[in-house]
Amino acid sequence: MTKIKSLADLRKLKDEVQSKIKLREKGDNPENLIHIKVSMATCGIASGAKETMNFLIEELDHQGIDAIVTQTGCMGYCYAEPTIEVTIPGNEAVIYGHVNKEKALEIIEKHLKLNELVDDIIPTNYKTIDD
Amino acid sequence: MIELALHILDLAQNSIRANAKLVEIHLMENPDKDYYRIVIKDNGDGMDAETLAKVTDPFFTSRTTRKVGLGIPMLKQNAEQCGGSFHIESTPGVGTELTATFGYHHIDRPPLGDITGTILILLTNEKGTDVLYRHQTLQGEFNFDSREIKKILEGTPLVTKEIRDFLKSMIDENLENIQIVRQ
Repeated sequence: MTKIKSLADLRKLKDEVQSKIKLREKGDNPENLIHIKVSMATCGIASGAKETMNFLIEELDHQGIDAIVTQTGCMGYCYAEPTIEVTIPGNEAVIYGHVNKEKALEIIEKHLKLNELVDDIIPTNYKTIDD
Repeated sequence: MIELALHILDLAQNSIRANAKLVEIHLMENPDKDYYRIVIKDNGDGMDAETLAKVTDPFFTSRTTRKVGLGIPMLKQNAEQCGGSFHIESTPGVGTELTATFGYHHIDRPPLGDITGTILILLTNEKGTDVLYRHQTLQGEFNFDSREIKKILEGTPLVTKEIRDFLKSMIDENLENIQIVRQ
C-alpha cells in the first residue's frame, strides 16, 4: 500500500511553497487582482455552483491567470443560478447568470482576456444618463 | 440535492453566516445498523425557540435577497424520505447542532459525493471559520481539523495551488483508507 499523505508531509510542502510565493509576490496586491465571486447558497449549490467554482479555480490556475475566486451568498437571482460576479480592477462588477462550465470558459476567454462582455449578463446596476 | 456533500456544503454555510468560529461536520455510517448520519454543529449565534420552530418552514429565511429558505427543509425531507429523521437544537449565544439520519440501504439515499470538494470550499470561507471534519465508518475514522492545517501553514494561503492539491489528495487518500471511494 502506498503511504497516505499526512500532516508531516504538509509541513515539508509548506516550506517549498513559501519560497515560491516569495518569488511571485511582486504584483500580488489583492486590489490589483481579478476577483470572481461564485454565489454559493442553496439555490446555487443545487444548480451546480460547486462544479462552476472548481472549474474556475482549475482553469485559471491552468492558464496562469492571477485571480481570486471566492464564494458568496445568494445574490437574489435564484432563477439564473449558478451566478458569478466578475470584477476586473478599475472596472465595475459584472454579474453573469447560468454559468455552467462552458459559460465559465467563455467568460475567461472573452471577458477576462479580451475585456469583451459575454451573453447572460444580469443587469443589476442600470444607470441613466443623469447618474 | 443529488449528493450528501452538497447538503453539507449548504448547511455549513449557515453556520459560517451565523458567525461561528468552528463548524464541526461529523459523518457516521453504519451499514449493519442501517444508518447514515450527518451531524453539523457550530458555535455561532444560535437561534431562539421562536426562530428555531420556523427553520424547517421553506417560506422562512433570514436573508433579504429572497423569500424562501430551502436548505434545511430539503435536508429534512430528503432524510425522512429515506427512512430517517431530522433533528435540530439551538441555544442563542452558544450555537446550533443539527442531525440528519438516512437509512443506509434506502434506495433513495443520495451518495456522499464529492465531500473533498465541499471541505476545500468551506476551508477558504471569507470569515475564517474553522472546519472540523470527522468521518466514521465500520473500518475506521478520519479526522481533519483546519486549525491544525493553519498552524502548520503559518500563514501560507490555503488557496495556493500546491496546498490545495495536497489537501485534496490527503483527504481522498484518508477516506479511501476507511473504505469511502467516490461513486
